[in-house]
Amino acid sequence: MSIESNGISVIIELGGGAELLFDKRKKHSVNLPGNDWTIQKLLFWMKDNLLKERPELFMQDDTVRPGILVLVNDTDWELLGEGNYKINSGDTIMFISTLHGG
Amino acid sequence: MDEKELMNQITELRELLRIKEAQLVALRREKQILQDYGLSNGEILRYSRQIFLPEIGIKGQIKLKNSSILIVGAGGLGCPAALYLASAGAGQIGIIDYDDVEINNLHRQLLYAETHIGTPKANAAAENLNRLNSDVNVIPYKIQLDSSNALNIIKSYDVVIDATDNVATRYLLNDACVLSNKPLVSGSALKFEGHLSVFNYNGPCYRCIFPKPPPPETVTNCGDGGVFGPAVGTIGVLQALEALKIVLDLPHVLSGQLLLFDGLETKFRKINLRGKNRNCAICGEHPTLYKLIDYEQFCGAKANDKEPKLNLLKNEERISVEEYNTTLKLGTEAHLLIDVRSTEEFDICHLKNSVNIPLRDIDNNEKVTLIRNRIQEIQKQHNDANLYVICRRGNDSQKAVKNLQETLKGSNIEIKDVIGGIHAWSKKIDCTFPVY
Repeated sequence: MSIESNGISVIIELGGGAELLFDKRKKHSVNLPGNDWTIQKLLFWMKDNLLKERPELFMQDDTVRPGILVLVNDTDWELLGEGNYKINSGDTIMFISTLHGG
Repeated sequence: MDEKELMNQITELRELLRIKEAQLVALRREKQILQDYGLSNGEILRYSRQIFLPEIGIKGQIKLKNSSILIVGAGGLGCPAALYLASAGAGQIGIIDYDDVEINNLHRQLLYAETHIGTPKANAAAENLNRLNSDVNVIPYKIQLDSSNALNIIKSYDVVIDATDNVATRYLLNDACVLSNKPLVSGSALKFEGHLSVFNYNGPCYRCIFPKPPPPETVTNCGDGGVFGPAVGTIGVLQALEALKIVLDLPHVLSGQLLLFDGLETKFRKINLRGKNRNCAICGEHPTLYKLIDYEQFCGAKANDKEPKLNLLKNEERISVEEYNTTLKLGTEAHLLIDVRSTEEFDICHLKNSVNIPLRDIDNNEKVTLIRNRIQEIQKQHNDANLYVICRRGNDSQKAVKNLQETLKGSNIEIKDVIGGIHAWSKKIDCTFPVY
């Protein structure tokens, strides 16, 4: 097996209404070029490549806006270094907008 | 006999029925044989199917009987939660809701019947729960929970259930529970989705996870976004489950975790949340909050899910339904009417001459081109063209006008919104239009 890689593949999932900003799709399988990806970098990539409307409803001040939880493989990103988490190929990264209705 | 007279008679009969039922309950209670551990033979029979469970047993049933649980919000979450708590034999249930029952609640708020429409939810819920289980002491509070009354109410309860519908009350409840040292079983739902977690129970509080409230414009309520009964109901039932587990001292309470439910895909997913935040403003090591604050101010949003009346436009940028109706009838003014409600709402009812472009698509290039082309067509025929925008209640139409003023800048057309939207149209012009 070659150590060289042409990029990493990750699954981006969206929920709680966040999917509405991403073409109403809850799941995006994407290939990212190169190996060196943090969630911070992914956020900007998503903003440029996947986000369909109103970026301010997704991001504020270089991070996700208040009220969006970021999860890597079902774990809160805060437990993993937040934006600095280094993404591995095969990771599932989820963005959940919190619900308030009842 | 007219409708009013008949309704009065029914109310009287119902009151008589309530009195007789209460007498019967009291009479039967007197005859009950009480075991020395504190449960009556009636209770043993009634709860036998859960007493058989080794996790509950007689001891657990006594814990339930001695428990007091507060439900804040008697809506799509609070109703099913209350039903299961009362049925399980919780000793005392408090129900807080400031609102009255409306017909658009009934598809998901199972404690209410058509006869309750217009009556306070808290009272209707209490009445119904006591009919279900007369052993439960149900305390209705027809009030808006706020910083002045929250601590005083919460102190009488062991567990609090957050079944509210707005951000401000969620922060209020969290802080009140932290200050009162009570576990908070938090549920929320919208459309086909729901979230569930337990806060301030050997783990993080709501603020640890969400130190900052979401921007108000990102929050959707059930009145606008819609909600499916079984989806919100699922979360309400699970809130009862977690509250009962806390009362019963059972392990695996959903603390430090968040359950995501997607009813469309019938998918549950449990995620691990961060732990208690040492720097949390209310539950951290050096808290900066020692008492309740103004939560509407903190969140920049009202502590209810009612739509506020927006006033974004100048008077000359608006038109009343009467004026618009005259314009239509005379047919003198060449214009395009855009209805910015969702397609689903447009399908409920719309003005015949309107074109549906939902607010969220108003920026869409394709739609902007469509508007430009239609305007040009009209201008060709009539030299002049106005653009009118209508929505459900007259809020979104103002946002749309603001937006269109930008996108159509320089095109020299008058853009106005129809004040009060379809609601006003139904009320003042054409009463055959359904109000929803």
